Amino acid sequence: MRRRTEAKLLRGAVYAAAGVTAGVLFLLLYTVLRRGLPRLSRELFSWSGGSRSLLPALVNTLSVTALALAVAVPVGVLAAVYLVEYARRGNRFVRVIRAFTETLAAIPSVVYGLFGMLLFVERLRWGYSLLSGGLTLGVMILPVIMRTAEEALQAVPDAWREGSFGLGAGKLRTVFRIVLPPAMPGILSGVMLSAGRIVGETTALIYTAGTVARVAGLWQSGRTVSVHIFALWNEGLAQDEAYATAAVLLVLTLGLPALSARLSRKRSKKETGGR
Amino acid sequence: MKGRQRVERLMQAVFWLCACAAVAAVVLICVFLFSGGAPALREIGVWQFLTGVRWEPGRERFGVLPMIAGSLAVTLGAVLLGVPVGLLTAVFLRFFCPLRARRVLGAAVGLLAGIPSVVYGFFGLTVLVPAVRRVFGGSGYSVLAVSLVLGMMILPTVVSVSADALAAVEAGYYEGARALGAGHERSVFRVLLPAARSGISAAVTLGLGRAIGESMAVVMVAGNQAVFPHSPLDGARTLTSNIVLEMGYASGLHADALIATGVVLFAMVMLNNLIFALLRRRRMKK
Repeated sequence: MRRRTEAKLLRGAVYAAAGVTAGVLFLLLYTVLRRGLPRLSRELFSWSGGSRSLLPALVNTLSVTALALAVAVPVGVLAAVYLVEYARRGNRFVRVIRAFTETLAAIPSVVYGLFGMLLFVERLRWGYSLLSGGLTLGVMILPVIMRTAEEALQAVPDAWREGSFGLGAGKLRTVFRIVLPPAMPGILSGVMLSAGRIVGETTALIYTAGTVARVAGLWQSGRTVSVHIFALWNEGLAQDEAYATAAVLLVLTLGLPALSARLSRKRSKKETGGR
Repeated sequence: MKGRQRVERLMQAVFWLCACAAVAAVVLICVFLFSGGAPALREIGVWQFLTGVRWEPGRERFGVLPMIAGSLAVTLGAVLLGVPVGLLTAVFLRFFCPLRARRVLGAAVGLLAGIPSVVYGFFGLTVLVPAVRRVFGGSGYSVLAVSLVLGMMILPTVVSVSADALAAVEAGYYEGARALGAGHERSVFRVLLPAARSGISAAVTLGLGRAIGESMAVVMVAGNQAVFPHSPLDGARTLTSNIVLEMGYASGLHADALIATGVVLFAMVMLNNLIFALLRRRRMKK
């Protein structure tokens, strides 16, 4: 009898926890969208809206994302190529690189912000600029790109490589013609994941890209959408715009992982269909 | 043929260099952070800095102990709230969940992981802070509110890592427990959970690392007074929010002291990371 109550209690706790997790997500989505969407207005997307308009922030977000990806994707993917295709599996060098990549992934974004400020803004005298911010975020997403690219490359069967070598192709040709193409969807889903992190990042940008509300060039300071929300909160003035912007940001960042999931599903379908 | 070999060798060197980029990045971060924080630590004194209880930039008094306490308090709160819920959710996903619901809940956890911290902060500001105020009185900007927000934020990490840990337990354990007459719940809780212990502790350390390093969501709901929090309903300031709040106008020794705050934070995160690595090594050995 006691045993049965124990089982019931445990089962109840498990169901309750799952309910809380689902409830938390629902409550969060509901509040942010419920308060934000009705406050979307024409001015929010107008060029003459001053510091309350969202449009410059959207453009800056695109630029920073493009910059960070332009730095991190080539480096990260080529690094993964070395680790998977060239280094002997499980050797010391690979382990060291992996340890450093994990360290990089564990560093808090405020530390990235300080680092970007000290290196790009001050030492290199680039000032608060999209360039400083983009490069800082490029370093920040490098571990994500590397890990997803590594996994994608490892998923390519060895027989394909052997086949390619057997036909007389060199290592380089095998990598670019045989291994990378099927790994592309996996790499892309990592890119989407990173893009989501960039769009959502605030702290690492405040003291690198700065908080000026305008469409910024490479060498100018400009705020992204996330920083825009922080700035609106910090100034304590434009409540309505802050609510609306938070809703827009939520839709943006949730759209990217959905896209990434879609890409990886496509990949798995292709793989099973091809065999 | 010679040319092709040269290209092969050149590209291999390029790949190798890219692989070293992660190492270079960590080294650069350490160098700049430590050399940026060193002048302040020298001038204030490491011990004074770490154990000083007053943070008064106007009087050139810089002690980060209240912020260390604040960081530890909110992290502890986040772990206390987030880990049980996350762990039990993982158990639900693996052992109690119909297949259809598993996909939906799995997707929900993924969505939680993708929500930006500034949105979590906004949610805390508009929902949790007023709720704490209504229930417990006070301003609502409190350690409790921060713990709630951070507990939500670490949920996806805890769920996914402990679900992996549970999946890694051999199926024979469960079957053995059932064969000995234990029920489903008892087998899961008395046999499978203990067997996945080290993986679960990895989930806790990862969640801890996320909580201690979070800044934006914390700044928005913590109240940010630079004093010791004496109860969960007091406001607090963390190491991260100290930097975010003051870096904008700080200069001279003040700015250096903020970078030194970053050094302290970095050291705490690295210590946590080390514990994580040790746990994993133990698991691998097993």
